[in-house]
Amino acid sequence: MRDARGQIRRLPGLRLWLSGGWLTFLVLAAVFAPLISPHDPLAQDLFAGRLPPVWEQGADPAYLLGTDSLGRDVLSRMLHGGRLALIVALVAGTLTCLIGASLGLIAGYYRGWADLVISRFIDIWMAFPPVLFAILLIAVIGTGLMSVIIAIVVIDWTRFARVVRAEAMSQGAMDYVASAQVAGRSRLGTALSEILPNVLPTIVALLTLEMGIAVIVEAILSFVNLSISTDQPTWGGMIAEGRTSIYQAWWVLVFPLFALFLTVLSFSQLGEGLKDHFDPVLR
Amino acid sequence: MSYLSIQDLEVRLTNGTPLLRRVSLDVEPGEVRALVGESGAGKSMIGKAVLGILPRAARLTGGAILLDGENLESLSPKARRQRIGAKVALIPQDPLTALNPSRRVGPQVTDRLVDILGWKRSEAEMRALELLEEVHIQAPDRVMKAYPHELSGGMRQRILIASAFAAEPKLIIADEPTTALDVTVQKQILKLIRDMQQRHGTALLFVTHDLGVVSKIAQTLTVLYAGKVVEATDVGAFFAHPAHAYSRALLAATPKYTDPESSLTPVPGSVIAAVEGEVAAFDAELSGAGRR
Repeated sequence: MRDARGQIRRLPGLRLWLSGGWLTFLVLAAVFAPLISPHDPLAQDLFAGRLPPVWEQGADPAYLLGTDSLGRDVLSRMLHGGRLALIVALVAGTLTCLIGASLGLIAGYYRGWADLVISRFIDIWMAFPPVLFAILLIAVIGTGLMSVIIAIVVIDWTRFARVVRAEAMSQGAMDYVASAQVAGRSRLGTALSEILPNVLPTIVALLTLEMGIAVIVEAILSFVNLSISTDQPTWGGMIAEGRTSIYQAWWVLVFPLFALFLTVLSFSQLGEGLKDHFDPVLR
Repeated sequence: MSYLSIQDLEVRLTNGTPLLRRVSLDVEPGEVRALVGESGAGKSMIGKAVLGILPRAARLTGGAILLDGENLESLSPKARRQRIGAKVALIPQDPLTALNPSRRVGPQVTDRLVDILGWKRSEAEMRALELLEEVHIQAPDRVMKAYPHELSGGMRQRILIASAFAAEPKLIIADEPTTALDVTVQKQILKLIRDMQQRHGTALLFVTHDLGVVSKIAQTLTVLYAGKVVEATDVGAFFAHPAHAYSRALLAATPKYTDPESSLTPVPGSVIAAVEGEVAAFDAELSGAGRR
């Protein structure tokens, strides 16, 4: 019994380390991107176009991961792209979480007309295809970092609101909530001291998941050329450009794709690991 | 004067179905009153109405609840909450869901002292340690720092009892406090509640469906059937001469350990099916057939 539990416990530990490790690496790379990038991510060198990564034949050691068709350094572009991806993940993820979770908590705990209004909004919102909604939104408010963040918040708050509402509802029926109220605690006080701590593990898991989703949405928007301005390197933009020359220069597509994949995976694994870590019953 | 006086209390579901029909009930200072009836009779609903934690689907539609001579329903929600918080406490039915799983035990015991009575955190903690010792918890300082899931059901119920007595309330509503516990633990908890009640001189409204428990703890009792009080008397008189036919049926339904071969005697009728008319009919039939 003890052994089995030990094994189950070791697994999320490893998961946390691996995903946390990659994300830490990414944060460092993003923060120091201007210092460690071997080249200007925007500098073109048409004579050095489509150079393969350094271990392939015909490579130039100055370009570690090769160059794209305009002769721009893939590694430098990835580092700068990672920067944008992380900014979007953190800012959009956090904002989405704050807005969605607050609305969900209000709906699930206070019920009544607040719940009615918020739930109907969620229903209506979920009827829109999210990516199409985001594209439409950006087409209206214009491209740029702010627009991407706004678009993500607008399309994704329902994810938090729905889950937190359901959790708050089931927590609200618990005896300890009634006990807190018998002990003279106000409605808001009860929501913050009794409900929120019990919903927090779920919120944390959703938050990290949302950060991964934000990275994907940003990449999708870059892919259709609606993200940050075109002269800023983004992973999605690189993938879009690499797609046209996949047979001649696979590295332009594969490296950013791989970074994207690892980042999204790490965010979701981190979320799962943290959820287990935060839950006092599982701890 | 009664400490708690419930007069003609009516509680209905939002769709109009009555849950409590003109229930009147008094608890004297320091008295233990049992509130008995089968499931669905509305026993817990009375406690919830007093404490102001009626479920969302239920409404108080009539009557008055006087606490220490003050009509609770005339107060603002905030004032009502503070009055209840200072004077009344609850020992809940299920110790497993009555403690917040993500908070340590200590603050959950001291919350009321700090929030309502304005004690300093350190004073409240000292008091909580004393109380935990009083309910026979070993190493109370360690328990204060534990999470609820690390403790057994009996321990948790002891903690809930300690926290109910923490602010020295004048009235405690115990909502079937032993139902969710193991039989051997039940007995200890019951004794603990009785000892604590006697030491602190607290009035107790003890909700239960177990007549055996009633005989051990209560001085007076109120029998509830389908949201109606059918008998209110003192415990000795009840067991000697139950006045109402339903009371007799309830007593007859108690299993007799002296005669294990005999079959159980069910109470006729069903509370769930008892809509207004049916209850009246059953009631008339029972009392017509049974009253002295």
